[in-house]
Amino acid sequence: MSRYETVIGLEVHAELSTESKIFCGCSTRFGAPPNTQTCPICLGHPGVLPVLNRQAVEFAMKAALALNCDIADTSKFDRKNYFYPDLPKAYQISQYDQPIGANGWIEIEVDGKKKRIGITRVHLEEDAGKLNHSENGDGSLVDYNRVGVPLIEIVSEPDMRSPQEGRAYLEKLKQILQYTGVSDVKMEEGSLRCDANISLRPKEQEAFGTKTEMKNLNSFRNVERALEYEQKRQADVLDEGGTIVQQTMRWLENENRTKVMRSKEEAHDYRYFPEPDLVQLKIDEGWKKKVQASLPELPDARRERYMGEYGLSAYDAGLLTASKPIADFFDQVAAEGADTKAATNWITGELLGYLNTRDQELSDTQITPKSLAGMIGLIEKGTISNTIGKKVFKELLEKGGDPGEMVEEKGWVQISDEGKLKEIVTEVVSANPQSVTDLKNGKDRALGFLVGQVMKATKGKANPKLVNQLIREHIGL
Amino acid sequence: MAISREQVEHVARLARLDLTEEEARLYTEQLNDILGFAEKLNELDTKDIEPTSHVRPMANALREDEARPSLSREQALANAPESRDGMFEVPAVFEK
Repeated sequence: MSRYETVIGLEVHAELSTESKIFCGCSTRFGAPPNTQTCPICLGHPGVLPVLNRQAVEFAMKAALALNCDIADTSKFDRKNYFYPDLPKAYQISQYDQPIGANGWIEIEVDGKKKRIGITRVHLEEDAGKLNHSENGDGSLVDYNRVGVPLIEIVSEPDMRSPQEGRAYLEKLKQILQYTGVSDVKMEEGSLRCDANISLRPKEQEAFGTKTEMKNLNSFRNVERALEYEQKRQADVLDEGGTIVQQTMRWLENENRTKVMRSKEEAHDYRYFPEPDLVQLKIDEGWKKKVQASLPELPDARRERYMGEYGLSAYDAGLLTASKPIADFFDQVAAEGADTKAATNWITGELLGYLNTRDQELSDTQITPKSLAGMIGLIEKGTISNTIGKKVFKELLEKGGDPGEMVEEKGWVQISDEGKLKEIVTEVVSANPQSVTDLKNGKDRALGFLVGQVMKATKGKANPKLVNQLIREHIGL
Repeated sequence: MAISREQVEHVARLARLDLTEEEARLYTEQLNDILGFAEKLNELDTKDIEPTSHVRPMANALREDEARPSLSREQALANAPESRDGMFEVPAVFEK
């Protein structure tokens, strides 16, 4: 047991899914050729004026409301001054002392324990450009397409006490943002980014220890690993009687360690001041209510609903609601009239398994709520067996189509013709006398074996219930 | 409130300004004159007045979220002192 308590706070940036940038009409589309989405405003040419994008403000409000924040009545923008070539104006328009949202919280769960993590603030700002460092070091190349893409920065309270809680917070935050639709939250494309602050203090001590900040944590796994690394590094320093130096570190993914970027002495002095080119933002009750009304059902509420309405276990409801597209798909399958227990099993088992092993999204497949509901109906009616169902499911994922037509075409319709099945049962029973004896002696496992043989003989098409019954009848049980 | 020579030099450094001895002395003096003038405002009682961040009495100047055509890459790069591979080329930087 460590002598220290770990204290963690996270700063998360999310790019908002607007069509145009925050202060100009340039497109925000990801992946365009370098410097094809810029204009005099986002390039910071002299004499231009920014005009605030209404949708960016509403997305920020929506995110803040989903994170249980208070929305400011009056908000404003400020200039954050620093020289770095990712920022052509030599300042970033951000929010300093009047963020759009403050005093929020979200609930996380680690090892079955629920905990509330405070959110200090949610503010709106513009993104910076992308620097490409050249290999030979004779110059850096800058792409300004990303400059001016709207961002929200979400700052947590130092409420997390372990790297696992840090990861759980980030996952929950991503899930909530995805549900609200304000960001596409793709860490691999940089639309969700995370910096972490971590410090240790002796147990029972009230005051926080000296913290270090870690940048460049670009996956959930890296967040957890980097925090674990830094937690151990700080504990080792303290154990040896050393002191922690307040500094900014970069996580080096491939080397599995952190590297110092700058110490406190070199820390930036941003000289914030109110942005004179933008007027104030006043948010009245009516506007707030309108945005509040546009909030969709959030993950926790949906999980509760699945447990209450459909009687699903907390585990299954958690799996279904972990990602919004999957939860929406489940709701649509249910709306098509499919049995919800069966739908849950197909989605949490076959579907998620398929997507995970191939690293795919639901939208990469051909399956529709209607086709899955149709297939579940075919199994229910006994038209196909569960075994055939798996084959149909794979076809629906990869090629799509109507499950009813598919099973007709492929000849997958279940054999429920008693006469036909009796013939096969007779053959199987006479070929396996030992199993018949075992079964008569009460070994139920033998029945499973015989049913399996019939299924094999019919390539999975026999109606297993009927086969079961026919075998019992045949040997007089 | 007075501003020191060290503060002037610090701000000049942050703003990447290279001041001569004479300039640093002159600006310290001038900035103190300006601050001294602004000090007069403290004679007013502003207890019940909200701080002013903007002098124009207006709010919510917003535009709708519509994408418009951007500059062509050639236009965007036209004023760049150096460019390469369709990007602005700047002196090598590694960290911030």
